[in-house]
Amino acid sequence: MNDAGPIISLRDVRRDYALGAERVHALQGVSLDIDRSDYVAIVGPSGCGKSTLLNLIGVIDQPTSGTVTIDGRRVDSMSDREATQFRLRNIGFVFQRFYLMPILSAVENVALPMAEAGLSRGERVDRAAGLLSYVGLGNRQRHRPSEMSGGEQQRVAIARALANRPALLLADEPTGELDAKTGAEIISLFQKLNADGTTLVVVTHDEDLASAARRKVHMRDGKVVDG
Amino acid sequence: MLAILGVAIASAMLLDMVMLATGMRESFRELLLTRGFQLRLAPKGTLPFDTDATIADVSAVTQTLRRNPDIREISPVLGGSIHIPIGGRDVSASVLGIDPSVQGDYELQTGRDVLATDAIAVNDRLLRELGRRIGDTIRVATGYDPQTRSYSGQRDLVITGTVRFLYGATDQSGAAVRRETLQQMNAQSPTRAGDRASLFMVRARQGADAEQVRRWIEAQLPNVSALSIATAIAEVDQRLSYFRQLAIILGAVSLFVGFLLVTTLVTVSVNERAGEIAVMRAIGVSRSHVVEQIVVEGLVISLTGALLGLALGLVTARYLNSILAAFPGLPMAIDFFLFQPKAAWSALGLVIASGIGAGVYPAFRAASLPISQTLRREAIA
Repeated sequence: MNDAGPIISLRDVRRDYALGAERVHALQGVSLDIDRSDYVAIVGPSGCGKSTLLNLIGVIDQPTSGTVTIDGRRVDSMSDREATQFRLRNIGFVFQRFYLMPILSAVENVALPMAEAGLSRGERVDRAAGLLSYVGLGNRQRHRPSEMSGGEQQRVAIARALANRPALLLADEPTGELDAKTGAEIISLFQKLNADGTTLVVVTHDEDLASAARRKVHMRDGKVVDG
Repeated sequence: MLAILGVAIASAMLLDMVMLATGMRESFRELLLTRGFQLRLAPKGTLPFDTDATIADVSAVTQTLRRNPDIREISPVLGGSIHIPIGGRDVSASVLGIDPSVQGDYELQTGRDVLATDAIAVNDRLLRELGRRIGDTIRVATGYDPQTRSYSGQRDLVITGTVRFLYGATDQSGAAVRRETLQQMNAQSPTRAGDRASLFMVRARQGADAEQVRRWIEAQLPNVSALSIATAIAEVDQRLSYFRQLAIILGAVSLFVGFLLVTTLVTVSVNERAGEIAVMRAIGVSRSHVVEQIVVEGLVISLTGALLGLALGLVTARYLNSILAAFPGLPMAIDFFLFQPKAAWSALGLVIASGIGAGVYPAFRAASLPISQTLRREAIA
């Protein structure tokens, strides 16, 4: 881990999409630094490029031009294999929909990325159980997603995102499918995570979630306008 | 569940077709070897009992054959038909004239074999037709003229036992007498009188090369066609080539249908789980593991279907066999669908290979899903 400088650094990042015959400029020269252990909320109207920015930071997309550096490594031109390994070791993802494996129990879902990282079965089970306790689901380890509420499923998804102890946790509308009370539980879980040293970048329309962040980045028409 | 049932039906059909393609041939081979006679001798240019032609001078032929030390046993068989007038009607049956000590044509079921010259053993069907029992005497026509349906003489024979003919058809009434008895009954016939046989069954010494013996016989006896099991099977193969072709075509069709079914099923499943797969990829699951998972999914569906199909195939094969076996003129011991572990393994191997193949296309589709675009599409949906 490179402790000096920002953990995320984007320079003049552009991302264009072809939409039929038209060319959509989703990001138009975004430059942004995010410090280690920061908690950043990216906000803005729908279609302003928030999720596109998050996807570039998460190395699941590549910019049309510009550079993206995560934890001191250029990630904008990685091969698929390199990007997969990088995400596995360095980045945790939480999505609006939880996308848990329906046939696996909570502990098995959390252990999934650890298996991919080559941890032994014993280590996986111990660490997954610890993570489930951390997110408040120590007593729900053997339950399947269908036996859990939306808030519980999202907490399992958060535990899964933390499976390989990533330096960076990215969340795209993590409270989008939850009611206010359950959303508040997720917000306080994020604050706890950040207090424990995890860098958080959250894309959201949820005012409460955005307000809980230390820093807000406002976007409009593919550009960072404030923050 | 319905899709697995579909795969099971396709697998059952494939198994049945593999069994059909090889079963009759194997069944025929086992039938020919039932009594261990590896060679059959018929009049030159004919197959056993294909025509009414006979081999003359059985004693001389037997003497010639005995000169070969590799020949252990010789069983001459004279075929024909008998007519038994009963209450104003004629009961007809095929008859074999044999030597009971070396015969390889029937199995004795009840009573005694044809040890005396006035003895006759009959199959169940003929016994029923005659309405007689073991120990009863029947009067058999001799010198029968099928044109005028008249006969010149009669001979009394005692029913000593019931037999099951190994090569007899289910719908055929049959009887066995000693060969000399049948010769005596044919004494008036210009073509069948004398020391004749329709067929010789020859058992070679254990370890002897049957093919070499066959060639020796044909060289020594120019009026005889010698058929080894291999040549007989080649002959049967030629005659059954339609069955085999049909089985291969239908088997290939069922395999292809199963393949398409599994491909469709797995592709639909991949499409439904596109978001789940994209998230897996996002959290660091490699493309190769996604491919592996989807291929295994196809394989599991195929294997489950194949195992169900195995049971289903055996049941349907049994049923179809009972229908085909009732076909007139076929030996009752012939099976069209013969279960052989090798055939089952072949069918299973084909299903496994097609299952793997069926998973490959959806697996590569899944592995090449663009992560960010798929997640965006899923979020909008």
